[in-house]
Amino acid sequence: MKKLLISLALGFGILTAGPLALAQTAAPAAVTSTAEAKAPEAAPAAPAAAVAAPAPAAAASGAAAPAAAPVLVPNKGDTAWMMVSTLLVILMTVPGLALFYGGLVRSKNMLSVLMQVMVTFSMIVVLWFIYGYSLAFTEGNQFIGGFDRLFMKGIWDNAAGTFANAATFSKGVVIPEIVFAAFQATFAGITCTLIVGSFAERIKFSAVLMFMVLWFTFSYAPMAHMVWFWAGPDAYTSKEVVDKVNATAGMMWQWGALDFAGGTVVHINAAVAGLVGAFFIGKRIGYGKEAMAPHSLTLTMVGAALLWVGWFGFNAGSALEANGFAALAFINTFGATAAAVLTWSIGESLHKGKASMLGAASGAVAGLVAITPAAGNVGIGGALIIGLISGFAGLWGVTGLKKMLGADDSLDVFGVHGVCGILGALLTGVFASPSLGGPSAMGDWVTATMMTPAEYSISAQVWIQAKAVGVTVLWSGIVSAIAYFIVDKTIGLRVSEEDEREGLDITSHGETAYSR
Amino acid sequence: MKLVTAIIKPFKLDEVREALSGMGVQGITVTEVKGFGRQKGHTELYRGAEYVVDFLPKVKIEAAIDDSLVDRVIEAIEGAARTGKIGDGKIFVYDLEQVVRIRTGETGKEAL
Repeated sequence: MKKLLISLALGFGILTAGPLALAQTAAPAAVTSTAEAKAPEAAPAAPAAAVAAPAPAAAASGAAAPAAAPVLVPNKGDTAWMMVSTLLVILMTVPGLALFYGGLVRSKNMLSVLMQVMVTFSMIVVLWFIYGYSLAFTEGNQFIGGFDRLFMKGIWDNAAGTFANAATFSKGVVIPEIVFAAFQATFAGITCTLIVGSFAERIKFSAVLMFMVLWFTFSYAPMAHMVWFWAGPDAYTSKEVVDKVNATAGMMWQWGALDFAGGTVVHINAAVAGLVGAFFIGKRIGYGKEAMAPHSLTLTMVGAALLWVGWFGFNAGSALEANGFAALAFINTFGATAAAVLTWSIGESLHKGKASMLGAASGAVAGLVAITPAAGNVGIGGALIIGLISGFAGLWGVTGLKKMLGADDSLDVFGVHGVCGILGALLTGVFASPSLGGPSAMGDWVTATMMTPAEYSISAQVWIQAKAVGVTVLWSGIVSAIAYFIVDKTIGLRVSEEDEREGLDITSHGETAYSR
Repeated sequence: MKLVTAIIKPFKLDEVREALSGMGVQGITVTEVKGFGRQKGHTELYRGAEYVVDFLPKVKIEAAIDDSLVDRVIEAIEGAARTGKIGDGKIFVYDLEQVVRIRTGETGKEAL
């Protein structure tokens, strides 16, 4: 009876929400011709000298007479690249992360991990298109956006057949906002699914979903807004408007924090949530005494490889254009990862005598995580160094640090994503420096000129990075703790002891992954 | 009738099989098992988690044979399965009360 009532309530809810979603009231005419104020990370723009379109009435905030404004048309190459990048990030999650995590658990829990990843991802994407995108990437205050794009309204005009544009980092260059929103949807999705690794093998399926809704709404969306939301380069028309335009951006964007593809927003954010979860939910039964060896390192390697390939979309796609900075992010993603595989393997070999497959796969992920905030913000040499260090750092994160923390972070989410995310975020401040081969940081968006070597201060930038890291850790930690608490008190976080012993596949999902 | 059970190293299976069919033992049952005697296990390392694995994979062979063949069967298995190193395995001989061929219903020595 209770199940029937819940189903009816859900169905009713969907029926009422549906028409609301379809009510795409005609978008303000200005929308389609102006570069919409969406754009992520405070990454250096392409040599904007070449692109400096006479900054016309492309100011995003409430454009006047659009008739006079030159209509910005998306470049087909940029658009195609961004669609491909979106696909690559989907590939990273399903099947990449799903298999990476799945292979690491015992065979009796394989399907539960695959389910948690796939269903969490799907749910977050749906929520993103309902309200998440709006909260993250529309103008509001410095912490969170507004409801201008609730149910994606205004993102295209179905009556007129026109599509809103989203800004990139180059003046006068836009991509369809739909593509930007879809790209960002995959980021929201993968960030949430990362957390699954920490409480694997003992958490209730419904608890995962309930936690994700809360955390996505109160940690992911605000973090994405604070680090990545800004008005776009075309809003910086003259010196006079700079302060006003800056004030519309997210808090950490205003500080000048550099996070190309999500070291803070994605990795540190998720890692802290995972660690807090591991503490809340407690250790697995038999942890430390019984064997909990990975059941398929073959699949883990397949997952890691898919992650590496897909990450090119994650990092290079964060340039929002198919340009030189995307290429820089691309090659950095290549070099840093390869370097990290080597140093993790070397570290393991020196420490334990053998380099393992799990170590090499984890090394790859460590390098990828560390280069994520740095991808388009550092030079090739800087990327290699970041990669080399992250291999050792990640190895320490899953051994020494793990012992110190004392929590059962089952799949080492904090050890890899937390440690290497923090490392990468801080080193971004170092290697962005032009004196160390980096592209520097943007000095003036009006003229689109980077800071000169004299202007760029490594210590100042690293301090900004550290503040951003600190805010991320605190924000995610507090929101996660509250969210876990709520979930535990309402539906309970953990499955029963018998269910945990028997395996989540059969008890939570009624299936076995491998027939006897 | 006797049931001869031998635990041997897995790679010795083919040799033992040939030795047995060479002396007229037509049927055997093979199972994959794990165990240990004096042979040490190994350590597995997954990131920071170390596991000591005592159990080693072995193969168990069972053959139902006539009393008159027991000594020769034991000799044959011993010879084929021996490497001289720890972990070669053991042979157990059980008394077999009854044997039935399911297809024909034959019992006793005719069923062997």
